[in-house]
Amino acid sequence: MRKYFARKIFVYALTFFVAVTINWMIPRFMPGDPVQSRLARASLNNPEASQAMRDYYTSVFGFDLPIWQQYLNFWGALFKGDLGISVWLFPTPVTDVILRAVPFSLGLLLPAILLSWVVGNRFGAYAARSKWLDNTVLPVGYVLTATPYMWLALLLAWGLGIVAGWFPVAGAYSFALRPDFSWMFVSSLVQHWFLPFLSMFLVALGGWAIGMRNMIIYELESEYSNYLQALGAPRRLIRKYAFRNAMLPQITGLAVQLGTVVAGSLLTEIVFSYPGLGFLILQAIQNQDFFLLQGAFLFIVAGVLIANFIIDIVYVLVDPRTRIQLQGGVK
Amino acid sequence: MTAAQPLPDPLAGPEGTAAALPEAPRREALYFALRNKKLLIGSAIVGSLLLLGILAPFFFQNGPNERIAPPGLEPSAQYWFGTTQFGQDIFVQFAHGVRSTFLVGVLGGGIGAVIGMTVGFVAGYKGGWIDEILNMITNVVLVLPTLAVLLIIAAYLESRGIVMQSLFIGLTTWPWAARAIRSQALSLSSRDYVDLARLSGFRTHKIILRDIAPNMSSYLFMTFILLFGGSVLAAAGLDFVGLGPTDGMSLGLMMHQAVKWGALQLGVWWWFVPPGLGITAIVGSLYIMNVGLDEVFNPKLREM
Repeated sequence: MRKYFARKIFVYALTFFVAVTINWMIPRFMPGDPVQSRLARASLNNPEASQAMRDYYTSVFGFDLPIWQQYLNFWGALFKGDLGISVWLFPTPVTDVILRAVPFSLGLLLPAILLSWVVGNRFGAYAARSKWLDNTVLPVGYVLTATPYMWLALLLAWGLGIVAGWFPVAGAYSFALRPDFSWMFVSSLVQHWFLPFLSMFLVALGGWAIGMRNMIIYELESEYSNYLQALGAPRRLIRKYAFRNAMLPQITGLAVQLGTVVAGSLLTEIVFSYPGLGFLILQAIQNQDFFLLQGAFLFIVAGVLIANFIIDIVYVLVDPRTRIQLQGGVK
Repeated sequence: MTAAQPLPDPLAGPEGTAAALPEAPRREALYFALRNKKLLIGSAIVGSLLLLGILAPFFFQNGPNERIAPPGLEPSAQYWFGTTQFGQDIFVQFAHGVRSTFLVGVLGGGIGAVIGMTVGFVAGYKGGWIDEILNMITNVVLVLPTLAVLLIIAAYLESRGIVMQSLFIGLTTWPWAARAIRSQALSLSSRDYVDLARLSGFRTHKIILRDIAPNMSSYLFMTFILLFGGSVLAAAGLDFVGLGPTDGMSLGLMMHQAVKWGALQLGVWWWFVPPGLGITAIVGSLYIMNVGLDEVFNPKLREM
């Protein structure tokens, strides 16, 4: 058990290390000079001004130091929570900008992931039971998983937001309101939240339904199902056992799919101008705010790693076999 | 992206029933392939879109970004998908976009498949510390959120082409494939005929290529299809954020431009519906084709 978690934590720590290193390396080793490209975009004619800007950017990136020193400084700043200053929202530190956006992203992601997982599993389990349902759920599920997140978001925003006028299509709350705990503000918040949530929920739903359906069919072919059937056990009981066994790979699937769903939430937020991390990333790209972009990247990686670790714990808690198996050091 | 959903295990079925006649399995697969509705419908949709992407751009003398018509026209007989707010023909853009979508899928999926297969086969066949190290690398790349990594790379690239994009997508999407192939290779590598090959002194790569890979060729093909779909979706996401190809046209870029120039507010639905529909049709049909292929190759599933 301890060995299992030690191993997991090691992989996550290594991943974080790799992510930070990528983050540090990309501006330095990509073809092209980041300082030069910034100067070109500022398009200064005055040589003095451009020299001042060059000095500024060189010192911001720390390009005047030896490489190893740059790398260590990067880590040092990171541990102090210093990710640089945002260009887009000058002079706000990147960490503050991101921390303001994180609650909105989480508020979308957590319900969308959990609900789609629960509902998708139910659907899939039912679908595996009947031929008619299977023939409808399966194609619908595949089409949903093949749908790009932003496209479904666009369709919903257009259909339910603009044509039908039922929901607002931009922002997290009405621009006429100030954040407080009034009934009006909360209802505005919920109204703005619903469409982005719905579109993420729908896209994610298909994958879980298909996965569960396949797992149930696989479980129903296994020995214990046949044995129960031979004993004359009721169908419902066999189904129940199959469902519980099929749950476990679905939990692992949750960890594997996390990156995809997070990516989907970024794209969905952009469509709805929802002020989460995805919207920040779009602003960062459009405003050439590289510190903000890199900060957001690190936050996303850290979030995914933490979520993975939570899923690992849940997996062990749900499945008593892993505990025994892992004490023996198998796997 | 169902990429991570486990494919049903092809090795679980009864083996060698048809092996007595070497010709039989192939003919049998063809027999079932021609009678599988999912496979036929899926490949018909993918095939016709592929044809459109390859041929259609030759029939237009205008490029996808040229302004040739009155702006904001609804779909009509002359402009099948209407025109953008800048008077670009959306059908021309769509045809070019479909072409680059297939290119990204083949290149990105291909690179991902090659890396995934190499890592998976070597890890599964070799075992031991090589397996440990490859596993570690696989796990690290697996938990890194792909789109976030691609965003950060693409943001720093000065000029972006479709080939470059596919390369980076291929470099980040392989881990689940490596994992799946590793577990298959692991179970195959303990078979008697592999032992025999090893005792005969064949080199590792020869054993993998001649004895292990051919026995799971259908599985490998299906892995490639899933990677293809994953690459297309990843590329569409990147393009949509505005980090798509700096020259040329893609379906994701069309949606990016539509949102950027307010197609949603202006009600210009014909600007953002076709590109997304194209992606969904290609990727969805590929997934459904995959189910069909699975039924063809796996006798256990045929009755369903």
